Amino acid sequence: MSVQVTGSQPHIEVRGLTVSYGSFVLMRDLNFTIGRGEVFIIMGGSGCGKSTLLKVLVGLKRPSAGQVLYGPVSFWDVSPEERDKVMRRAGILYQSGALWSSMTLAENVALPLEQYTKLKPAEIRDMVAYKMALVGLAGFEDFYPSEISGGMRKRAGLARAMALDPEIVFFDEPSAGLDPVSAKLLDDLIIELSQNLGTTIVIVTHELASIFAIGTNSIYLDVETRTMTAKGNPNELLKSSTDPKVVRFLTRGGSDQPDGLKGERI
Amino acid sequence: MNSHSPPSISLDQPTPDRMRITVGGRWSLGASPDTAKAHAALSAGCSALDFSAEALDEWDSSLVIFLLGVIRRARQSNMEVDQSGLPAGLNRLIALAFAVPEREGAARNAIRASLLERVGEASLSIPRKLGDILEFLGEATISLSRFLRGRANFRWRDLLLMMQQTGASALPIVTLISLLLGLILAFVGAVQLRVFGAQIYVASLVGIAMVRVMGAVMTGIAMAGRTGASYAAVLGTMQVNEEVDALVTLGVSPMDFLVLPRTLALVLMMPLLTIYANVMGIAGGYIVGVTVLGLNPMEYLMATKAALSLANVWIGLIHSVVFGVVIALSGCFFGMRCGRSSSAVGDATTSAVVSGIIGIIVVTALITVMCEVIGV
Ligand SMILES: Nc1ncnc2c1ncn2[C@@H]1O[C@H](COP(=O)(O)OP(=O)(O)O)[C@@H](O)[C@H]1O
Ligand SMILES: [Mg+2]
Repeated sequence: MSVQVTGSQPHIEVRGLTVSYGSFVLMRDLNFTIGRGEVFIIMGGSGCGKSTLLKVLVGLKRPSAGQVLYGPVSFWDVSPEERDKVMRRAGILYQSGALWSSMTLAENVALPLEQYTKLKPAEIRDMVAYKMALVGLAGFEDFYPSEISGGMRKRAGLARAMALDPEIVFFDEPSAGLDPVSAKLLDDLIIELSQNLGTTIVIVTHELASIFAIGTNSIYLDVETRTMTAKGNPNELLKSSTDPKVVRFLTRGGSDQPDGLKGERI
Repeated sequence: MNSHSPPSISLDQPTPDRMRITVGGRWSLGASPDTAKAHAALSAGCSALDFSAEALDEWDSSLVIFLLGVIRRARQSNMEVDQSGLPAGLNRLIALAFAVPEREGAARNAIRASLLERVGEASLSIPRKLGDILEFLGEATISLSRFLRGRANFRWRDLLLMMQQTGASALPIVTLISLLLGLILAFVGAVQLRVFGAQIYVASLVGIAMVRVMGAVMTGIAMAGRTGASYAAVLGTMQVNEEVDALVTLGVSPMDFLVLPRTLALVLMMPLLTIYANVMGIAGGYIVGVTVLGLNPMEYLMATKAALSLANVWIGLIHSVVFGVVIALSGCFFGMRCGRSSSAVGDATTSAVVSGIIGIIVVTALITVMCEVIGV
């Protein structure tokens, strides 16, 4: 694996972000920077607010305080049209794939192209076939999302997310619900894309294998203190972190004994 | 060892301040002994508790639950608990249950709010709900204005598909309902009119009733159950699957892409279905008039024609267009505001149908009053 030059320029800067549902504060005081070309991992126990943080980063949920800066643009202080313009350069792979179920896979991948390019139908067809081939789904163009397996749905979702050659792609638990082999293939696909296209990748995951294999930077969200308690390259965090919760997360709890549960919440 | 020995509990006091609980036999769910006595005896002023399980054959969760209750209670009254007499597996399960303390505030308080409180809360939520509806209507209007300027972002293919699903596919049910309604109106009318020998007025009764309001109302109710429910269920499921989020982050307005084609399709199809329903209703009346009342077929048709005015037809069509808007928007509103679970989709569908039908009745009343006022 080649060594990447990462973090040279910031892609997204998050400053003093607080995220809440009504009066229930989920996360407060988040400060981190996602550099261009990085594979940035958001870690944390389930229910700590990873998906919600992702929603804030992609414009689906307004934060209750703080800023998200895409370059010079303060994402939540500009008009919805400006936000759309920023998101046009982003792709998102949802936790469940979120393919539009009334459309075939080809139509799913084609919709972003139809929306934002002036390509002719024949060109769109070629582009769709190429993107489908990239994720290993050549020949499945005319299938509906309900007719393929979960792993294939994730890959089709990735093809759709990559349709417009985005500068940044967000993933919500890409390998959840996949068997280890499919999960590994998806990881490989993600890293290929990030290295060959220079795409910035933001991933929510708790797959340790993925975290160490592909992560170049990360933050750890802690459910008890409701803020981030660590940031940095996950491999270095494993070596140097002094926070017992982070270490336990990165070492799968450190032990398999039920006694290891002492007073912890699952 | 007898594998069918019944489960047993006994209590004794080996020393005056030590309580011992002896469990034995075969404990299984549904066949546990009366544990209340043991709980009651626990408060007998001892300062230590231990267990004996030598006669225990088999056990399952029923025994664990009993012991958990006893231990919790003993700890509360500051007794010293010695679990060494219990099998190792049982002790591990007990330790596991105590390992993670109950999350404070996690359990939902089951305290029932008082009547006043509930009424107050319900009233306070009305402005929020109204605001939500107004916001949706505003967005729908903006989307419509984009459509009129030719800038709405949706696929014509979707519109045509919706028109087929809401229009052509609904013909069988509309046929059935309006034909039967025509029959019923004719029968009910005939009973009264025959008294005066005025059977021929059955034709005008059925004609005017169907064309002016009943055709539109029956079509509207059929569409609320059929199309309104389907809109809410489809959009609700799209919410659950994050498909709507995927549209939003692509910069495609769900209002344009999902709500607009559905509303347009129903608004275009409702008048057509209503005209069809009118014809079917009149046909129903004709069947009764000619076969049961023995009216002359030609005479029936002429009487119908004489009774119908163009104004009545227009009023019926206005009803149908407004019903189309009401049904489509209530279906889409509840679908778009659907929660993230399968039961939320069910709730959305129910609400869509109920408010669709209420909307139809209210709109009918309003239009009827307005017609009365302007005298048509
Ligand atoms: N729509 C919502 N309204 C209120 N609370 C929510 C909503 N969605 C999620 N939550 C709460 O926010 C917390 C974090 O959810 P989420 O971001 O999905 O966690 P994660 O992805 O880290 O597992 C959960 O504990 C959940 O109770
Ligand atoms: Mg999540």
